[in-house]
Amino acid sequence: MSDTVLATRGLHMAFGGLMVFDHLDFSLKQGERHAIIGPNGAGKTTFVSLITGLLRPVSGDVLLDGRVITRDPPQARVKAGIVRTFQINSLFKALNPLESVVLALCERDGRARPALRAVARESALIGEARGLLEQFGLGADALTPTQTLAYGRQRLLEIALAMALKPRVLLLDEPAAGLSTRQGHEVFEQLLRLSAGVTILFIEHDMGLVFRYADQVSVFAGGAIIVQDTPDNVRVNPRVREVYLGA
Amino acid sequence: MSAVPEWFAGKARWSGFEIAFWCALAGAYFLPNIDIALLSQIFIWGLFAMSLDLLLGYRGIASLGHAAFFGAGAYCAGFLGKYGWGEPVSGLLISMLPAAALGWLTGKLVQRVSGVALLMVTLGLNLILFDFVQRSTALTGGDDGLQGIAVDPLLGLFRFDIFGRTAYWYSLGALFALFVFLRAFVHSPFGLALTGSRENARRMIMLGSPVEGDISIVFAVSAAAAAAAGALLTQTTQFVSPATLSFQRSADVLVMLIIGGAGRLYGGLIGALIFLVMKDWLAALSPVYWYFWIGLLLVLVVSFFRKGVLPSLETGMRGLIARLGKARGGGPPA
Amino acid sequence: MAAVLTVLFNGIAYGFLLFIMSVGLSVSLGMMNFVNLAQASFSMLGGYAMVAATQRFGVPFLASLPIAFLAAAAASVLIERLVLRHFYDTDDLTQVLLTLGLVFMSIAAVTYFWGGSYQRFDLPAWLTGQQDVLGLTLETYRIFLVLTGALLAALLIFGLERTRFGAMVRACVDNQRVAGACGLNTQLIFAGAFAIGGGLAGLGGALAANLLGLDPNFPLRYLVYILIIVSVGGMGTISGTLAAGLALGTADVMGKYYFPQFGGVAIYAATVAVMLWRPHGLMGRRA
Repeated sequence: MSDTVLATRGLHMAFGGLMVFDHLDFSLKQGERHAIIGPNGAGKTTFVSLITGLLRPVSGDVLLDGRVITRDPPQARVKAGIVRTFQINSLFKALNPLESVVLALCERDGRARPALRAVARESALIGEARGLLEQFGLGADALTPTQTLAYGRQRLLEIALAMALKPRVLLLDEPAAGLSTRQGHEVFEQLLRLSAGVTILFIEHDMGLVFRYADQVSVFAGGAIIVQDTPDNVRVNPRVREVYLGA
Repeated sequence: MSAVPEWFAGKARWSGFEIAFWCALAGAYFLPNIDIALLSQIFIWGLFAMSLDLLLGYRGIASLGHAAFFGAGAYCAGFLGKYGWGEPVSGLLISMLPAAALGWLTGKLVQRVSGVALLMVTLGLNLILFDFVQRSTALTGGDDGLQGIAVDPLLGLFRFDIFGRTAYWYSLGALFALFVFLRAFVHSPFGLALTGSRENARRMIMLGSPVEGDISIVFAVSAAAAAAAGALLTQTTQFVSPATLSFQRSADVLVMLIIGGAGRLYGGLIGALIFLVMKDWLAALSPVYWYFWIGLLLVLVVSFFRKGVLPSLETGMRGLIARLGKARGGGPPA
Repeated sequence: MAAVLTVLFNGIAYGFLLFIMSVGLSVSLGMMNFVNLAQASFSMLGGYAMVAATQRFGVPFLASLPIAFLAAAAASVLIERLVLRHFYDTDDLTQVLLTLGLVFMSIAAVTYFWGGSYQRFDLPAWLTGQQDVLGLTLETYRIFLVLTGALLAALLIFGLERTRFGAMVRACVDNQRVAGACGLNTQLIFAGAFAIGGGLAGLGGALAANLLGLDPNFPLRYLVYILIIVSVGGMGTISGTLAAGLALGTADVMGKYYFPQFGGVAIYAATVAVMLWRPHGLMGRRA
């Protein structure tokens, strides 16, 4: 139990009268690469939003290192190391990647409080931002306004912004959404190379990516986790086939 | 375009255009036949529009009630002058404090509203203050305004003369000082965070930024700058009336900012210049109908230069330079 | 007691006036999410059309009301087709500024044609004087206003709920894209709703001229009240606009009589409170 980083206990969520899930128990172990799969509407994105605090559950708790964080504001959870990306790019359109990443670093280090000191004088952070952009292959695009970047580049920036915060737990909502299979693999390869020691929970529809990169898989369906196992076991599990093929 | 390591330094550095602009404002004083009273008005309105720019252009929060803060500063300076605190510079600084507090509270109130509701809340707060000041005749003199405001000579040396010479330099000095402050403010990491929240507040939350608390801070700073403009008006005219708090003033300052262009501090100044010079010129031509042309200008600006005059000029200039570069066959592609 | 009731009645009459002037903005906001401040100018136009018809051409007052309606309806359709429809996809602030520009222009234009002073005109004799109703002495014109307002409100609510056109308008308010996909000509429905809304504003202006006074600053004087009624009542709801109009009218008149020093503050404070509590208005559906 000691190596559990993140857990939920009896998590119950509903929108109005519409139940999303009922008494969900889940745990994420240190260093795990855990995939969430399931049909559309199974509550996968809602689950991520509950963990990050953008939504509050009806009842039940979210725990980080065994501490209840259900009532903590999203910002406090980010500071505690829970960081997410979005299924649909959620970027700063008018800023360029350099500005965006520097902004993320300033927020991480608490440098973005009211002051008259120019951003230009945060040379250490600017250097770090450049390094991070290079690692993600965005070095040449550092000064291109985000809204004019190609979609695939924006997808990388989406992840780079999260990585800039040095997360302990990284929640990725369909990181390969809208990318070709090849691009999807590139994003994952890059991500795994740069995220040693980070615990990762990701939602993904592409089974190729799931079976290649996850070491645990949870299957969400009908408001519950119906299977949680290794990729190899999930692949042959009859209940999973039932959910996906509607047999 | 500056290289990657120089990007932020390049943005923060004073450009030749900027230096020339401020020298021109100071130099205008020495031109023959220049209307220095009009220029002083432009400085004061320009500062007011600049304060709104911080809120609207940088943070993306529209306010239909910014005159509340202008008026708060104007009345505060008026009370100070009337009840014995005649020293102008300290009076100006003190006048910014109540408005800053008011701005902070307004920020607390409007944190969670947007769109039409936001416009209505800011407008409503403005109207409450207006109504209160107008009806509290014993305290404020009501519609007749506050009389008997005394202002000491500037720095103990320069009287506020009837030609408005001291007023000119005092307004310009205050405008420049606050501009330098606001310029540094928006070029700081906090300024970058404001822009980030304007662009995408949800993502800022996911970067751990206290987005809602920051609204109060930017409201307070913006309100303080607006109050400084109001205090300047009171001190240079030795008079203050409820008109400083009117909805008309809130609308006018918004119009100026939109005409000039939001999101670059200078937009408010340029907008105030265009608006007031046009008003001066048109009102001389036809005192009754000049509002028609202001209305038309507003319609044309939002129709054809959605971002305002200044940004459109910048884009146009950049396009022109790029074309010239290409025509010569040299220069890197933009 | 009788005095209180008389004041209350005057407030209700004023409230119906405000309702008629506001309902067009409510529909345009609810349907197209468009903040059309020029609605206040259409009211002014209706008022001037009525004055011109009765004073210059000797048209009877009652007959001048449809003229005011038609003039304002025609103007609003013209403005919608020429200018406003290009701004449906812009943000609230751009729409506010655009239509504020139109208001400025209308004020100057009216000053140019009619001068800057208040318009004088005479009501027909049968609408002047006072009537005794249930022991209260009420002004005939206000009784006329209450009856007209109630009739219009009933017609609007009935028309929106029971007629085919009303159903189309409601479909567009609910979801413009889906309504369009179902084969409704949304552009035409918009134009129709705009015409009716603008026409009602004009009718309101014509009815208001006697009570509120008519001069070129009319739009700026009533703009704020119209905005308050529409946003507090809830955009796109007729009954919400009616309720907010009556509430504001009564509160304003009662306030001026009994609490002259707090009247305005109370109304504005209530507006702020409602907007913070329910940003889409008391009867807004997207709360």
